[in-house]
Amino acid sequence: MMNDLMDFDEVLARFEPVIGLEVHVELSTASKMWCGCSTTAGAEPNTHVCPVCLGLPGSLPVVNQSAIEAAIRIGLMLNCSIASWCRFARKNYFYPDMTKDYQISQYDEPIAFDGTVTIDVGGEPFTVPIERAHMEEDAGKLTHIGGSGRIQDADYSLADYNRAGVPLIEIVTKPVTGAGARAPEVARAYMEFLRDAVKALGVSDARLERGNMRCDVNVSLMPIGSEVLGTRSETKNVNSLRTVEESVRYEMRRQGAILAAGGRVKQETRHWNEAGYTTPGRSKEEAEDYRYFPEPDLVPVAPDAAWVEQLRESLPENPVSRRSRLRAAWGLADREFDDVVGVDGALDLIDATVAAGASPAGARKWWMGELARRANEQGCGLDELTITPKQVAEIQDLVETGALTDRLAREVFDGVLGGEGTPAQVIEARGLAVVSDDGALAEAVQAVLAANPDIVAKIRDGKTAAAGALIGQVMGRLQGKADAARVRELIMEACA
Amino acid sequence: MTELTRLDAAELGRRIASREVSSREVTAACFDRIEAVDGAVRAFLTTDRERALQAADAIDTRIAAGEKLGPLAGVPIAVKDLLCYQGLPTTASSRILEGWMPPYNSTVVERLLDAGLVILGKTNLDEFALGSSTETSAFGPTHNPWALDRIPGGSGGGSAAALASFEAPLAIGTDTGGSIRQPAAVTGTVGVKPTYGAVSRYGIIAVASSLDQAGPCARNVYDTALLHDVIVGRDPRDGTSVELSGTQAVGVADMARRADVKGLRIGVVKELGGEGYQPGVEQRFREAVQVLVQAGAEVVEVSCPHFVHSLATYYLIMPAEVSSNLSRYDGMRYGLRKGGPDATTEQVMRASRGAGFGAEAKRRIILGTYALSAGYYDAYYGSAQKMRTLIARDFAVAYEVCDVLVSPTTPTTAFKLGEKVDDPLAMYMSDLCTIPVNLAGIAAGSVPCGLSPDDGLPVGFQIIAPALQDARVYQVAAALEAALDTQRGHPLLDDAPALGEAR
Amino acid sequence: MGLTRDDVARLADLARIELTPDELAHLAPQIDVIVEAVAGVAEVKDDDIPPLAHPLGVVNVRRADQALPTDWQALRPVLEQDAPAWQDDRFRVPRILEEEE
Repeated sequence: MMNDLMDFDEVLARFEPVIGLEVHVELSTASKMWCGCSTTAGAEPNTHVCPVCLGLPGSLPVVNQSAIEAAIRIGLMLNCSIASWCRFARKNYFYPDMTKDYQISQYDEPIAFDGTVTIDVGGEPFTVPIERAHMEEDAGKLTHIGGSGRIQDADYSLADYNRAGVPLIEIVTKPVTGAGARAPEVARAYMEFLRDAVKALGVSDARLERGNMRCDVNVSLMPIGSEVLGTRSETKNVNSLRTVEESVRYEMRRQGAILAAGGRVKQETRHWNEAGYTTPGRSKEEAEDYRYFPEPDLVPVAPDAAWVEQLRESLPENPVSRRSRLRAAWGLADREFDDVVGVDGALDLIDATVAAGASPAGARKWWMGELARRANEQGCGLDELTITPKQVAEIQDLVETGALTDRLAREVFDGVLGGEGTPAQVIEARGLAVVSDDGALAEAVQAVLAANPDIVAKIRDGKTAAAGALIGQVMGRLQGKADAARVRELIMEACA
Repeated sequence: MTELTRLDAAELGRRIASREVSSREVTAACFDRIEAVDGAVRAFLTTDRERALQAADAIDTRIAAGEKLGPLAGVPIAVKDLLCYQGLPTTASSRILEGWMPPYNSTVVERLLDAGLVILGKTNLDEFALGSSTETSAFGPTHNPWALDRIPGGSGGGSAAALASFEAPLAIGTDTGGSIRQPAAVTGTVGVKPTYGAVSRYGIIAVASSLDQAGPCARNVYDTALLHDVIVGRDPRDGTSVELSGTQAVGVADMARRADVKGLRIGVVKELGGEGYQPGVEQRFREAVQVLVQAGAEVVEVSCPHFVHSLATYYLIMPAEVSSNLSRYDGMRYGLRKGGPDATTEQVMRASRGAGFGAEAKRRIILGTYALSAGYYDAYYGSAQKMRTLIARDFAVAYEVCDVLVSPTTPTTAFKLGEKVDDPLAMYMSDLCTIPVNLAGIAAGSVPCGLSPDDGLPVGFQIIAPALQDARVYQVAAALEAALDTQRGHPLLDDAPALGEAR
Repeated sequence: MGLTRDDVARLADLARIELTPDELAHLAPQIDVIVEAVAGVAEVKDDDIPPLAHPLGVVNVRRADQALPTDWQALRPVLEQDAPAWQDDRFRVPRILEEEE
């Protein structure tokens, strides 16, 4: 399924890319959008269901207050106007993942509209215009059985409606122009911004890899000098920051090749393939007729202006300004800081660790190194590790004061993550404190020197590298609970 | 035993409470009556004898233990088969839901059970309440107890016929465009559509969500009012339901008991009469207005100029909402599934809906799909919603000069079964007077005002009250009923032909 | 402008209703007559008239965000009994041709 691709620079020489992003954010409310069923993921199939989310005859939706509040706060974070009166609408289409065969959404009366956000693209500000943010419900989950397990060749499908009715906010940009070569990065940075914003608001778990945020990427090309928007493709369900960027780049190159060859770009949905390319999906030449109309089962939403102001005043710090503040305050190398930003949750955890007294460099070292590795092994997010930023700060403090070596610190992490208690309890129980008593150290050094006269002689001849073998033996005697640098110092002093 | 089935609900409640008769005896009498006459009337789709008798026993036990229950405790009731009631199928009289067992109760059913009423079974209706005659029921029509070759009205013909044939003293109906009031009118019974939102819609199969409202049906005004007070009230599970206020919060039964119209201003709607109205219906209506005048009411004529558009408005909004509400019947999760073993989901949906829906449901779904489709929305659905506002404003203007509005409930008496079944527009005319009320979301009821001199069939008198002033409907209806019963010397239903019980 | 038989066939398809040729021949003219009868409403063009949302003007009905225990153990057997096909705790549906939204 490989497509002809144009060189990226050539695309830029001939065309102006126009992108548009539609991001679905799954809210982390306790209950679903219209009923009291739990939103917790991972439950047995069809256990978080009731007559309402199953769309049984006679059932009726009632709006979740927290979802409305989250929608307004997201709208405010995007500098949108908040509707003083708006309604839900039914989007009618038949599909077995929709229990009512319509989705309750919003149509021409979104709760938030006309905003802008200024994002940080490689240190430069870029303004993305926002069309709207509206509320809607998620669908159930279909599992395709038979064939390759994909919908195209399955024998039948099984429907689980645990996710049906989970609240979603859909955020839609206006066409983003003027990004030029930076279009792919703009798409990524925007997605990153949304992730950080909804996390800062505390309205979503915002884990892309779990589908808490799902992005549809629209791309079209406009010949340089033209003012007419080209035909766009819509790449569905692009679910990581990296692939958001890659899919924009890919579609620019694919469309460039088509247009240069005198062809026309088809208006269609496309799918992102993890191997790095898009494949065509449903053609959108004939627009779906969703027969939207105001949802008669729900009364209008008319947020009180004073309440909206109160929500505005209690907004958290904007992720972009927060990021530039932390970038300046922490003094990390730009590359290091960018890496932090690229890992889900790392910025918040390091910030909290620094707040608990650790140095930014120390906090970064553990979260981006050892702890990231362990999260990766466990297949969980950094913030799901059973260790708090305060505990990391505590351990780092012990390292800095020399009470723990890095190696011992890793053992403490083992213990804490293994549920053995607080760092202090783990150190106590496992006997991990560094032997900082110079008397005990000196005794061990003397014993090792006495047992290895040949090596001592070599060192005295200036072959200082030979000291390594002695350090190893001293550490062995002390079961590793010593600061290697201090041991080296003592050996060199004795051999001087 | 027959005598028990002819007693009204208030009297039955009183006798059961005082242990002059047991709920079990009353309930059993209803089932005996159903067995005797329902073969001819066909008001019920399902009956629930065993459970009803158990429920009756439970009430009798509580009363024997000295518990003080409500005025309708132990009284049997028939429920339209559009309301979910666990343990019995809920079908909406459609093949597509045949045998569907709801896993939950509608709020109205819960309130009935809480008040100690005994549910006899589920009554017939037009398929998904789409119709004015019960002829679109997939399970065959109900027959009018006054003349078995005539329609009992619709969609709630089953509930109305159950009352008129003395199978049940009380019934629940639902009214989207007249489905409580028009059947009441043509069967000589009483039915009220409360203000939109007064009764919870939760658990009632949605027809047109912005118009649907369940309501009480009975053989007289006071019984209807008692039932009204049982089922109304805000329900947190229905976001469109409303808090009651004023007289309705205290209960409408008091107003029905008072039956006093002295000084009340009654507006006769100019647009609800004239061409297309049966002369006998108009005659009885005018006489009834005079009866109210003699009872002390003042009469004014009012004009509601936008009512001429109400039928068109209704037949855009209703099918649009129907088309969406009936989408879920797709053969995926419950109900009829058709299609061969190799059929795709798309084919199964088309086949199931093609086989499961009758002609009227298909007409309205297709019409509604059209009204909502791209390019037509603004012209049709959008304009219709604006017209609704204009119709509601007509009412508001009228209520500046009067307290209630009155009209015939329906332009004609019961027509013959089969007469209009394939002429949709003619059928739709049956709801000409009732539809504006649903569009505006206000309260109205129908009370008998005699038999039409041209065919000897019952005529209904409609009383329309402002939103949440449901009590006024009862006030006027009770006054009219009392005056007419006195004039006649007995309730109208006593004139209904006896149904061959022995057969 | 009336509704042709083709229009009705297209609408029935959009509404996922299979019609036999006879049904289509019967229903199409009836629907056309109804459309003609209701078309007059389209003449209301006044933009100042708001649409009627709730007859009583009710707004802002909301429920508190509280996860309530679902009684799925009681619900499950009824769902299973009502389902045309059920497998592995889920509703079984035939193979799907069209892609997801």
